[in-house]
Amino acid sequence: MALLEVTNIHAYYGNIHALKGISLKVEEGEIVTLIGGNGAGKSTTLRSICGLMKPRQGSITLRGEDLMPYKANQLVSRGIAMVPEGRGVFAKLSVTENLELGAFHRSDTDGIVKDIDYAFTLFPRLGERRHQLAGTMSGGEQQMLAIARALMARPTVLLMDEPSMGLAPVLVETIFDTIGQVNKEGTTILLVEQNAHIALQVAHRGYVIQTGEIILSDTAQALRRDPTVQKAYLGID
Amino acid sequence: MRLVLNQRTIDEFSWVDFIIGVLRVVIIALIIIGSWNTLASGRFTADQWISLVISGLAQGSIYALIALGYTLVYGILLMINFAHGEVFMSGAFTAVFLAEAFDRSGFLNGSPLLAVPLLILFAALVSMSVAILLERIAYRPLRNAPRLVPLITAIGASFFLQYTFRGLYGSGFKSYPTVDALRGSFTVGSVTIPISQMVVFAAALVLMLGLYWLVERTKLGKAMRAVSENKEVSALMGIDIDRIIVFTFAIGGALAGAAGVINGLYRPQGVNFFMGFVPGIKAFTAAVLGGIGNIPGAMLGGLFLGVIEAIGPNLVLAGLGIPGANQLKDVIAFTMLVLVLIFRPQGILGERLAEKKA
Repeated sequence: MALLEVTNIHAYYGNIHALKGISLKVEEGEIVTLIGGNGAGKSTTLRSICGLMKPRQGSITLRGEDLMPYKANQLVSRGIAMVPEGRGVFAKLSVTENLELGAFHRSDTDGIVKDIDYAFTLFPRLGERRHQLAGTMSGGEQQMLAIARALMARPTVLLMDEPSMGLAPVLVETIFDTIGQVNKEGTTILLVEQNAHIALQVAHRGYVIQTGEIILSDTAQALRRDPTVQKAYLGID
Repeated sequence: MRLVLNQRTIDEFSWVDFIIGVLRVVIIALIIIGSWNTLASGRFTADQWISLVISGLAQGSIYALIALGYTLVYGILLMINFAHGEVFMSGAFTAVFLAEAFDRSGFLNGSPLLAVPLLILFAALVSMSVAILLERIAYRPLRNAPRLVPLITAIGASFFLQYTFRGLYGSGFKSYPTVDALRGSFTVGSVTIPISQMVVFAAALVLMLGLYWLVERTKLGKAMRAVSENKEVSALMGIDIDRIIVFTFAIGGALAGAAGVINGLYRPQGVNFFMGFVPGIKAFTAAVLGGIGNIPGAMLGGLFLGVIEAIGPNLVLAGLGIPGANQLKDVIAFTMLVLVLIFRPQGILGERLAEKKA
């Protein structure tokens, strides 16, 4: 049994059939990426897993436990944390307060303090700005904060929605290096990306999604060599 | 450069801007002339002005307590809870019966230090319950409706509450018993300050500091601030949005109920089912004045409105030769509201609404 299993989910926006039977698996310790074009259903899949959206049918399980009955806020303590699209840091709260909110469901004060210190060693920039309001930081720093904040929940699976969005290429590399590092330290990651190139570099396995359906799945290495992927998502003819 | 500038002025000239510009000049002129006349005539001594300001601060701190309820709810739901004046009334009206009982038994004047806080707590609990029910029954089902819908519902809820309490307690006027300990005054230098005003101001200040601590220092407050910024991401942090919204209504309600009793200590008369209307609108004015959605803004706006109401009629209106100026303080208050809406719609401390989503 895989750690996270999504089986045949169908989701709708009104009458629009956005997900037409998506199935995917994430094993413990992996980085799995979901790549695809605009409107393919990448974010909808993530939103279904983290509870922001309710699929009409299908099942989502984490370590065998059914996640479908729970709302987003109830899923955090069950091991799902998300780095939302566009970062979603709380602009008017300080860096430290943002991190504390990431640990909202926890009550182990000492553990939280320790994890905040750990976040500051992982992202020294955040440590330097711990009292600053999150909204005053640069896009790259906000993305780091969003990742650090999600890690504060001590998730079983970390979901990331387009971490490269709106960042300069140099910063994208830094962020993806960090994602690799976070994974090496034991966090399982499901990553949604439009930037297939960089996503397939860091991921172990990948799924390609098109108009609400998975059309391909393989190891990242194999996907990088796949002609369809090269043509459609890597810009190689 | 200059040419371009002229061109722009001509392009953008509109009669509305012109009228507003003239209005601005006229108002400033009237304020200056009125104040000058009053001050030159020496109608009041400096000490009297200070007393006026102090009574304004006492009245203003009551406005501030109610205004906080408007601003807290607006900060989270972007909705004006127009039934908030009735939340204030429900606590004030209900607690008057307990106050009478305390008075009859001699408890009120025997140990006012215990009785008055108990009354405040009781009114706070009543108003809190009303606010929670209001959210649960009238507003929550409309959470995703267009913004006009809950606004109209709030007005309906306001009438519902007024006539429910009229049905419960009757339509007659009641008044809070006087507390002997609050009678009298003390003198600082040459200024006489009534004890009741000091107590009102101090009690409101304690409550406001408590609220500030709650919002800035506690986990609940952090969650409230997070929800007011972004509900979806707050849910991803594990925050139960519905619970935070209920808490927000509860806190706003409790402050309004407390204000009901504090108001009764200062100004015992006029307790009836309709008593929430005017303070409600004044507090709304104060919240807009300070910048709706902004907590320090509501506190500042309340105090500011109180002081303006106290000195405005005597300073400006009397100086312009308007008779019975003191009865026109409501005019001053609502003129302030209109002026703020025209000249600084975001309020004293508020941010521009365009920055807010929705």
